[in-house]
Amino acid sequence: MRPAGTFDVDYARDMAIVRTRLQWIMLAVFFAGLIALPHFSGVYWLHIVSTTGFVLIAVLGLHITTGLCGQINLGQSAFMAVGAYTAAILTAKLGLPFLVALPCAGVMAGMVGMIFGAPALRIKEFYLAMATLAAQFIIIWFIVHIDAIIGMELTGGAYGLDVPFASIGALVFDTPVKMYYLIMAITLIMGLFALNITRTRVGRAFIAVRDNDLAAEVMGVNLFYYKILAFFIGCSFAGVAGSLQAHYLNFIGFEQFRLHESVWYLGMIVIGGMGSPLGAVMGTVFVRGLDVASDNIAPILSATFPFLPMNLVMPVRMIVFAIVIMMFLIYEPRGLAHRWRIFKASYRLWPYAY
Amino acid sequence: MEFFLQLLTTGIMQGALYGLVALGLVIVYKSSRVLNLAHGGFLMVLSFLAWQFADEWGLPMWLGIILVLAISVALGYGVERVILRPLTGQPILATIIVTLALYEGLHGIQVMAWGGFTQAYHGFIPETPLTLGFIVIEQPYLWSFLVAIVFFVGFLAFFRYSKQGLAMEIVSEDHQIARSLGINVKSVFAQTWVFALFIAAMSGILYGSLHAITATNADIGLIKALPVVLLGGLESLPGALVGGLIVGVVEIVGSGYIDPLVGGGSQDIIPLVLMLLILLVKPYGLFGWVRIERI
Repeated sequence: MRPAGTFDVDYARDMAIVRTRLQWIMLAVFFAGLIALPHFSGVYWLHIVSTTGFVLIAVLGLHITTGLCGQINLGQSAFMAVGAYTAAILTAKLGLPFLVALPCAGVMAGMVGMIFGAPALRIKEFYLAMATLAAQFIIIWFIVHIDAIIGMELTGGAYGLDVPFASIGALVFDTPVKMYYLIMAITLIMGLFALNITRTRVGRAFIAVRDNDLAAEVMGVNLFYYKILAFFIGCSFAGVAGSLQAHYLNFIGFEQFRLHESVWYLGMIVIGGMGSPLGAVMGTVFVRGLDVASDNIAPILSATFPFLPMNLVMPVRMIVFAIVIMMFLIYEPRGLAHRWRIFKASYRLWPYAY
Repeated sequence: MEFFLQLLTTGIMQGALYGLVALGLVIVYKSSRVLNLAHGGFLMVLSFLAWQFADEWGLPMWLGIILVLAISVALGYGVERVILRPLTGQPILATIIVTLALYEGLHGIQVMAWGGFTQAYHGFIPETPLTLGFIVIEQPYLWSFLVAIVFFVGFLAFFRYSKQGLAMEIVSEDHQIARSLGINVKSVFAQTWVFALFIAAMSGILYGSLHAITATNADIGLIKALPVVLLGGLESLPGALVGGLIVGVVEIVGSGYIDPLVGGGSQDIIPLVLMLLILLVKPYGLFGWVRIERI
């Protein structure tokens, strides 16, 4: 629903994402805040925001595969691993520049995603969930064992790989602040892509496939092409995210990409609201906030109850996450984005009910 | 040849246990169309609970097992009532996510209660292996095989001859028909969850005595049981046993020959590769129901 007094008088304005002056002001304030953040936040918060940045890219990819096209993907973190290892091998072993390695990581992850998404033509729902779950375990297993199979050092097996700093020409992203700007820039580009894909032919085909794939096929949507494309795009996002994670942490190991992370990403789009890019962003920020809160609660818990084990960060995160997901699915299955829509509609109509 | 026969025997024993784990998945899926991805998590937590009773508190093992089975019954009823029932009628993705969230939560509970340690039951099943000619069978394998077979026969008979079992079969066919026949579908859902967690407790204790009681046991509900149910067909009880035996044999025999080539660990992915092949070739499994879709 439009705010009162806002009319689309030409086609450009009808297509615009940012519609009103208030939205432009809020966008400018948001950008100013993003640019200014490293100057007043500490190292800890900068780390949280940077990691949220590349997690957000992976979640936006999952939003395209699962939220828009309805193809369940339980292996997003494994596809992230493909991207991370591709970027690491290309930059560390072959010495390619970051700007070449980044798209390569995306394409590589997308291709692997296409392989595991191919069963989507014949199967769906549970069966597809199982295929992608298998992808999660098989990809990680190959990353750990490929050195022994081909008999040369490639992924570093269980020990992991050291990754150099990202660099564009002479500009080396060697401090957290520089890396923060890089991650934010790429996140914004990917975010814009994810936002706009909904409004293209491809995006509409995805939604048709999600809502009823048989009906979509009758209407002339090529099911196989679009399902595979959904996997390719979604997994490419994961690949880019993995590449950024590798350059941010300067180290990758297989234990950074477990089923645990995949479940987390899926949980983020559920909490945010399926099928809405805004929901993916809100869900990511919300769950990351929960993680930070759990990190702060855990030491208090272990100090208060001495019979509990010392390191409670992971279990508290897991239990909090499980409870929140269940609450959302039972009480608000349409997620935060839906609540936000309701709120917007009601303040625009205020003081009338409708 | 001796090597092959040895692997085959171990595979059959192991496979029967996988079948038992998968039976818990099939029973729930059949009636309520919920694929319980948290089954392994329940299995793991209940096996730790048995260890807590028997080894930490020094209760006799039989008493520990009875206590754990009683808890599993209460847990099954509670989980169905509190978490799954409000989700009836929601899209399939909701049940997938909620069971995965349960899996994460159970992991968290395990770490909180028992830390990240590996444990073992002491003095439960004798360790000395039996020898049959040149084939060596470890006693935990034999026991788990026997218990799994007994459970299978029991459940098959239950579903065939008892009134409640038949009610469950009808519910798996169609909820509306079941209701019009006077069957309480909600109570059937609750019963299936109770059975599933009962099975999870039993298979958890057996798996724990067979290998070790660790947090990663939770993954057998995913990486071993899912290939089994897919191969056997999601709706078929005997399919779980047949699938379990096939997966167990393929896994043990395959890893026996492939491991030297890849440096070990192929046991973890052989069932998954098998699962991908089944999904590509025959997604409804050997005995599953092929559902025809209409717009």
